Amino acid sequence: MVTVEIKTKISSLDERINAMALQGESPLGTQEYFVNMGPQHPSTHGVLRLVLKLDGETVREIIPVLGYIHRGMEKKAETLGYRQQVHLTDRLDYLCSVMNNWVVSAVVEKAAKIEINDRIQTIRTIFAELQRVQSHLLWWGVFGMDLGAFTPFLYGFRDREKITKIFEETIGARLTMNYIQPGGLMYDIHPDFVKDVKAMISYMKPMFKEYDELVSGNIIIQERLKNVGILDAQSAVALGASGPVLRASGVAHDLRKIKPYGVYEKVDFSIPIGTVGDCWDRYSVRMLEMRESLKIIEQLIDSIPEGKHLTMKPGAKIRPPAGIYYEQMETARGIFGVFLHSDGSEKPSRVHYRTPNFHNLWCLTKIAPGGRIGDLVSIISSLDVVVPDIDR
Amino acid sequence: MTTPPNDSTQSSAPQSTPADELKAIFLTCLLDSLIALDSGVKVREDSSLMSVKISESALLKVMTLLKQDSRFDFDQLQFHTVLDWPEEQRMECLYLLNSTKKSQELLISVSVSREKPQLPSVSKLWAIAEWQEREVYDMFGITYENHPDLRRIFLDDDWQGFPLRKDYQDEFMLRKPW
Repeated sequence: MVTVEIKTKISSLDERINAMALQGESPLGTQEYFVNMGPQHPSTHGVLRLVLKLDGETVREIIPVLGYIHRGMEKKAETLGYRQQVHLTDRLDYLCSVMNNWVVSAVVEKAAKIEINDRIQTIRTIFAELQRVQSHLLWWGVFGMDLGAFTPFLYGFRDREKITKIFEETIGARLTMNYIQPGGLMYDIHPDFVKDVKAMISYMKPMFKEYDELVSGNIIIQERLKNVGILDAQSAVALGASGPVLRASGVAHDLRKIKPYGVYEKVDFSIPIGTVGDCWDRYSVRMLEMRESLKIIEQLIDSIPEGKHLTMKPGAKIRPPAGIYYEQMETARGIFGVFLHSDGSEKPSRVHYRTPNFHNLWCLTKIAPGGRIGDLVSIISSLDVVVPDIDR
Repeated sequence: MTTPPNDSTQSSAPQSTPADELKAIFLTCLLDSLIALDSGVKVREDSSLMSVKISESALLKVMTLLKQDSRFDFDQLQFHTVLDWPEEQRMECLYLLNSTKKSQELLISVSVSREKPQLPSVSKLWAIAEWQEREVYDMFGITYENHPDLRRIFLDDDWQGFPLRKDYQDEFMLRKPW
């Protein structure tokens, strides 16, 4: 191993906390103190630790401490072949597993110049949109629970089950699904797929009214979300936010429109955007996105073209030419990108995941200070972080 | 039989769209501005992204231009990562810039030595670089000048070595367990 000469001073968490304790003074003359939120806390959605500097109930500063679920995915990916890459990505953002599979497959297809047909593209798009609805429904339920309302959680899971059943029927798994692979799909869709999706759509459509009556129209929820955790458009872009977090701030940036992939070019849908960039906008954007996703599925479900579900021999070795490749797509939480460096062998020499949650969580350190600790919970929840995706 | 056969060259090469032309103009304009700052600018050919190699000394100047010049307007740093080349005794740092207004992407590549890896921090230009650079320090051991809070991000503060380097070894690593 090469000895590395470190010239710059490297700090540590203890030093950082001590430095933070010394700087700044409470305007009220009260004593400031530190509280650890997490790593085991029901509203951090996983093992996320936040070191909070508090002044009474006001949050002065936040240090997120990451790495409690770091599994060395990028190192592991270097030991796997190109076909095996998809099986790591469903453990990153487990609520967007099919979409993550798609990005990896797309980058391998781009590298090895594998052609795929329209049937595969259409089915991939339908599954991605189904998963967007499923992911947002889970978020909606948990969001209510974080704010102290238990009922939305039950409603969210009841309706999410309808989509999970469709996934289980075709894929076999309910959460960490592996369905899309380089060159096509692992299996063809179940014979009942089209029928079940249509039944799900007709079931889901009236449900949104119920959600609005239950949560969105509730004055307590609105008061707790409006003008809380405001992220303006300029800082959202500068902080690297993407997905609903960026769009809630009023930036109409959606890769499905800007650089269409799959069959998004053929379908008609709109991108909901917010105006203020507070928790309420992030809530409304996701609620509207679910309706748009159903609209996309409705347009595609009747016209799935005929064809094979896999365009290459299963088990064939993939050896892309040497070079660097990158592909990114819009998952339920933002832009998920996969960077691949090939040296011409059967295994990639470097894989890097550009994950949406890593970038979205960074916004928290900028928008939460100055607010109350009760609002911090709604801000974390409105950012919709999934911790395994941050730590990789 | 009476119809003349299609001209194969015309059908195989599609006409360049206005979007392609715009991209070509953008790239020429970009390269001209970069060459004015750093004479060693080269286009990296083996990449699916538009990518240029620049020298270590010009990094901060080039990044400032790309962020602040309204012709380019790269307002987001999409990711920052490193390729390790142990046999050439260097590491290649990659920055993917994204412009939300112009929908353009550009990959910037800089080489540093493996023994004394040091780069200027770009966290003044893009705030998210603070975390991305911490991740790169954690995994590859590259240090950044003028970084506000340089420490490990995922691993423990007292961890030895930098795991994503190709020659990294520790007692937990298994070699082909199957």
